Parts: sequence; structure tokens; C-alpha cells
Amino acid sequence: MLAVDIQHRLGAFALEIRFESGPGLTALFGRSGAGKTSVVNAVAGLIRPLRGYIAVDGAVLLDTERGVFVPAHRRRIGYIFQEGRLFPHLSVRKNLLFGRWFAPRSRTPPARFDDIVELLGVGPLLARRPGRLSGGEKQRVAIGRALLESPRVLLMDEPLASLDAARKDEILPYLERLRDHADVPIVYVSHAAAEVARLATTIVLIADGRVQAVGPVAEIMGRAGQYPLAGGFEAGAVLAVTVAAHDPRWGLTELAGGFGRLTVPRLDLPLGSPLRVRIRARDVILAVERPSGISALNVLAGTVEALAPIGEEAVEVQLRLGAERLLARITQRSRHTLGLVPGRPVFALIKTVAIDRRSLGGGGEAADFGEEVDVFDG
Amino acid sequence: MHFFGLGPDEAEAMRLSLRVAFWAMLWSLPFGLAAALVLARGRFWGKSLLDGFVHLPLVMPPVVTGYLLLLLFGHNGPLGRFFAVFGVVFAFRWTGAALAAAVTAFPLMVRAMRLSLEAVDRRLEEAAGTLGAGRVPAFVVVTLPLMTPGIVAGMVLSFARSLGEFGATITFVSNIPGETQTIPLEIYNLTQTPGGDSAALRLTAVSVILSLLALLASEVLARQIGRRISAD
Repeated sequence: MLAVDIQHRLGAFALEIRFESGPGLTALFGRSGAGKTSVVNAVAGLIRPLRGYIAVDGAVLLDTERGVFVPAHRRRIGYIFQEGRLFPHLSVRKNLLFGRWFAPRSRTPPARFDDIVELLGVGPLLARRPGRLSGGEKQRVAIGRALLESPRVLLMDEPLASLDAARKDEILPYLERLRDHADVPIVYVSHAAAEVARLATTIVLIADGRVQAVGPVAEIMGRAGQYPLAGGFEAGAVLAVTVAAHDPRWGLTELAGGFGRLTVPRLDLPLGSPLRVRIRARDVILAVERPSGISALNVLAGTVEALAPIGEEAVEVQLRLGAERLLARITQRSRHTLGLVPGRPVFALIKTVAIDRRSLGGGGEAADFGEEVDVFDG
Repeated sequence: MHFFGLGPDEAEAMRLSLRVAFWAMLWSLPFGLAAALVLARGRFWGKSLLDGFVHLPLVMPPVVTGYLLLLLFGHNGPLGRFFAVFGVVFAFRWTGAALAAAVTAFPLMVRAMRLSLEAVDRRLEEAAGTLGAGRVPAFVVVTLPLMTPGIVAGMVLSFARSLGEFGATITFVSNIPGETQTIPLEIYNLTQTPGGDSAALRLTAVSVILSLLALLASEVLARQIGRRISAD
């Protein structure tokens, strides 16, 4: 468990961050320049906040009131940088084992090396130099290098930002595996909503150097009006589902969740596999009566929970669908015409083809999930 | 020695030159590295003053450098007396020639090392820090290997410059055959002597070959090291 409560000043920019994070992946989510990287740098000991307190698993790393500042190399905190920062003069194997040169021998049981090499699929790269690796391979090695140090927390600063879409899709399954199997809490800095929706267990929304909201991913992503706070990201709710049925005839798969059922393009996953689906607010149509004679396969009944205006013409409508939340983005005119107010029952229409593979990710709660995630490799 | 038909005096001058240049290079190595580190990384008052001081031998007339060395390290100079206590004498000895060569070549060595140090990404040391390496180990294990091309270049430059040292040497330790008479001093001598032309020419050839060999060696070394620390 990580506890952060810091104040810092960078030029005219004031940073005042307070949050606690538990197991799984905590995403520090917000626009560029919101101060996210400074937070992880403070946790890693790369910067020294003016005031504050940082502790991991009860071990105090920073307490300015008591004059405690543990230097970076004694913190046992894994850090995966945006650009990898592999050592160019060392082979992949030596890069991976770098932390072991400096760690007390008792700390890492030798068996873990093979496990981690296997988990990240870097076995074939061991003899190579970083200069010969692709961006995605570099990041996998960087993750392995940090993991082999047996860190108390793993920090990731936009690890996918410098990669193209294909490389991102290559890494994401490994990050999901790490989140679900590695037993190391992860703090993940990102400004990409899709990434956060797919990976996060908990979201810490940061804007202007302050924490704006903290909560489980579905809770934060399904809340209307976060869009301006986090810097114009593509708003979209996250639903937890399991694979309920396949329809081979039409190439479709049916997913079940706390809101009912959702039909999506065919997924090659066994029945019962847990997943999370991100549904972009702009892909959702609202109706006040159950529509008929339409092409959209998904018609979900719910009620309006809240409304948040976005700019002059648009409004985000937060819906309650059973146990889940959904966001819809519609025009102010439609809101007016339909008379949408909190408490009003509505139907949400979602086109099946709007839900592509990038909208889907591993569920994150189930322990028996892991290999199948690779299906989303794009 | 019948290398290029060199006479005993000329062979002596060549051996002496190599010895002087070698020790000048080796002794200035730790100081050069320290100076490069301080100038590249240090942040303190008077840094540009130190920078200027280090570069002084590059722009000062070598004769002036030699005279200053004579004042400082001569028999009656403060540093000369200090080192004499430990039995180290510079005045009119080959050690003095090495010192003169080291001092005049020092800026070249520091420059090469400093540039290579500044080219190494400091963030790599940060990464090493998060992996448990303290500041000194991180420097030794990450930065030092990555700057070896610059260290080698600095050493070769220092060696080559030392082979050619003339002004400071002749002013500081005079022109004593077998003790301080290196190739340039011997050539100077020969050109002042009637009938010395052919010997001067032979030594000139030796000088050219030695310099070329040093440059070639550095080229080969740099390429090997470069290959070792980058793409492969």
C-alpha cells in the first residue's frame, strides 16, 4: 500500500497531491503538465518535495517534518520510464540483472528470473543489445528489469506514449498480466483514456497539480463532466462483463453484465471469461421510448443519473444501468427535446460495430485469466 | 638500434620521447578525468575560472608555461622543494619533461573527456539509481563505460601532444642528451649543427610515423569500443 501526501513547487506551478493506493493498478490520469510525473518522481526519490509524506507498506520514504528522505537507490521502487532507459552497453540479460548487482543476495530468489523472462516473453532477446530492440521489446525489458529488483511498488510513467498503435497493442496484454499476476502494486501515469480504462483498477484524476477525484475505474470513468478536468480525453464508461454466448452464424458474441446483455463482434474467448468493455460516450444514442425497427443490436434500459454540459452545444448524460454506469454524449437540443432530467427512464442504443477490439480488455478481477488476454494482440 | 638507420643518440631520443609521452599521459589521466567530471557536472562559484585555468596551457606560449613550471617546480620553487622531500625531482630530469608535456597536453585531454561525459544521458544514472545503484556505483557501471571512447581519445591526444612538446620542455628542463632531449629537442639541436640534416630528416620521419600510429590506434580502439557499447 502506497500513501502519498506531498506539496511541491516547480516554478510557478504548485503541486499538492494526496492519495492512497492499494493492490492492482492505480492510474494517475490527467492531461500533460498536470503534475503526474512529478508525483511518481517524488515516490521514486528522484525529486525531493518541499513538504510531505510518502510511505510504502508502512516504510516511510519521505517525511519532511521528521527530516526523513530515503535516497532513490535504497527505496526498492521499480520505475519504468517513458523512453525505457535501458543501458546501451549491456546485453538484455545484463540489463535485466542490473538490480541484482546492487541488491542484498537474500532478496531475490533466483527462480524469479525465469518466471519474469517467461511472463514478459523476453527469452529470445537475452543475448541482444538494447540498440537492436523494437520500442515494444525495450519496454518489456525495462519492465522485467524493474520487476527483478523485487520492488515494493512499480511506477510506470507513460510507458506506451512513445510507441505506435501496433506496439501498444503488443504491450497492453503484458501489463494486464502484470496487474493480475505479479503481486506488485502498480502506479501508472497516463493521459490516454483508453489505456487507463483498460488497465486501471483505481483512478486518481489529476488536474492543475491537484487530485480531482479518486475511485474505482468504472466509477470515475462513468461519471459525467470529467472530460474538461482530465483534459479533453475521449469520455467513455467502463463496464465489467463476462462472455455469455457465441453466435457463430452471425459472427457475434454476447457479453453479460450487471446491466443486461451486450452484443459485440465475435471474440475467440471461452464462455465465462471476464472482460471490461469501454463504451465511448459519443457512440451511445438515447431514446425515451423503446425503439423498434433499428439496426443497433444493443438497447439497454436505464435511468438518467446526472447531466454535465460540455461546451455550448453538447451535454454528457450519466446513466444508471443496473449495477453499472454508462455515459452518453448528446446535443443540448436533443436533451431539451427529450426532456432529459435526473430520474427519467431512457433507453441507450449502442451499435455493435462501434465496439472494436481496442474497446476490450482483460477483466482484472479473476485470477484464472491470463493466457486468453493475448487474443487482443491486434 | 637500427630502426631507420638511427644513430645511438637519435634512438635514445626516440626511446626517451616515448617514455616521457607515456608517463605524461598516464599521470594526467586521473586528474584529467576528475577535471572533466567537475567541469561537466559541477555547479559552484568560480567554475568558469577553473575552466579558464585548465585551458590556459592551450593558449599560453609554451615558453611561458615552461618558465612558470621552472618557478614552481625548480630546485628553489615551492612545489619543487615539496616533492624533493619525497625524493621526486623534476628540474633537469626526464620527469620534468614528462610534467611539462602533461601540463601542456592537459587541456586537450580534459576537453575530449568532458565532451564524451556530457554526451552520456544522465537519465541513465537516474535509472540505475532506481535499480539500487548509489551515485558512485551508477557512475562507474553506467557512465564510465559509455564515455570510454572519449577517454581513449583524450589519452591519445595527450600522448601525441606530449611527443611534440618543445617550448615548455626546453625552458623548464633544458636540453640534456639522454635525460631531457626528446625528439623535437634533438631535431632542433641537429638543425643547429653543421651536417645534422640527414639525422634531422630521419627523426622527422620517425616523428611522423609515431604520430600516425597513435592516430590509427585511437581510430581502431574507438571503433571497437563504439561497436561494443552501442548497436550490437
